[in-house]
Amino acid sequence: MNFETIVFYVFAALTVFASLRVITARNPVHAVLFLVLAFISSSGIWILLEAEFLAISLVLVYVGAVMVLFLFVVMMLDINMVRLREGFWRWLPFGAVLAGLMAFEMAWVLSSSKAFAGKAAVKHGADYSNTKELGRLIYTEYVFPFEIAAVILLVAMVAAIALTSRRRKDAKSQVIHEQISVKKADRLRLIKMSPEIHARENVDSTAEVAR
Amino acid sequence: MIVLSDFLILGAVIFCMGVAGILFKRKNIINVLMAIELMLLAVNTNFVAFSHYRGDPAGQIFVFFILVVAAAEAAIGLAIVVLLFRNRQTIEVADWKELKG
Repeated sequence: MNFETIVFYVFAALTVFASLRVITARNPVHAVLFLVLAFISSSGIWILLEAEFLAISLVLVYVGAVMVLFLFVVMMLDINMVRLREGFWRWLPFGAVLAGLMAFEMAWVLSSSKAFAGKAAVKHGADYSNTKELGRLIYTEYVFPFEIAAVILLVAMVAAIALTSRRRKDAKSQVIHEQISVKKADRLRLIKMSPEIHARENVDSTAEVAR
Repeated sequence: MIVLSDFLILGAVIFCMGVAGILFKRKNIINVLMAIELMLLAVNTNFVAFSHYRGDPAGQIFVFFILVVAAAEAAIGLAIVVLLFRNRQTIEVADWKELKG
């Protein structure tokens, strides 16, 4: 049993334990924290698989941003926990049997098939850079999917802001179409009147006020 | 000696836990979103394992894009949850039946 095997089994056991706690934890905040543990321990497995860039970005970007967003939302919403726990025990046997059966079938197929067993990993030299290789691929072969991914993130950001931004009730804003479609007749009133001669009296009254 | 099937079995186990989580906690939409994250993590682990054992970095590019889409999905999903909670004061899935779905 070499070092890599020990690392794999430790991180695999941690991941499985954490994901089991994610789906059984009573408190949603605990569930999010166990999800963070699952992500961090599987990033250890990814480092074992020599995917260093993705492992680091999983911790920094995914745990640091998305999971913290989850934590914010869970803590912000005032949830009635008792009602949400109803139905857990009703669905537990069905879900456990279904998931156990699925896991057993997949594990059976994967461990009995010759295609996945004897394959040796491709070992890279010490001068191999995972980040450099990924960067080369992303900016040459996968440049258009990369740009689409950027647009997807932009759309997600705009959608999240547009969905949750709350308008103030007393906020004043311009109504552009009314401003543009205004006519001269709406604003300006021309009246006909005969010329009036009050100039003399006006001067007198102002003189009195001054005095 | 760890072989490819060990990583794939780990991915399968985590994926099935995600499936079970959706069934257990189907009343609370945040738990459903977390179970979806678990399933995506399992799929990503499979991609990384195949990429390593085949010596082809394209699998890691896939993982990159899956992470992007998962982040977008989480952001929009949580925004919808916050909006629904603000209007309905509940995050129970069964209470949102305005669309009669």
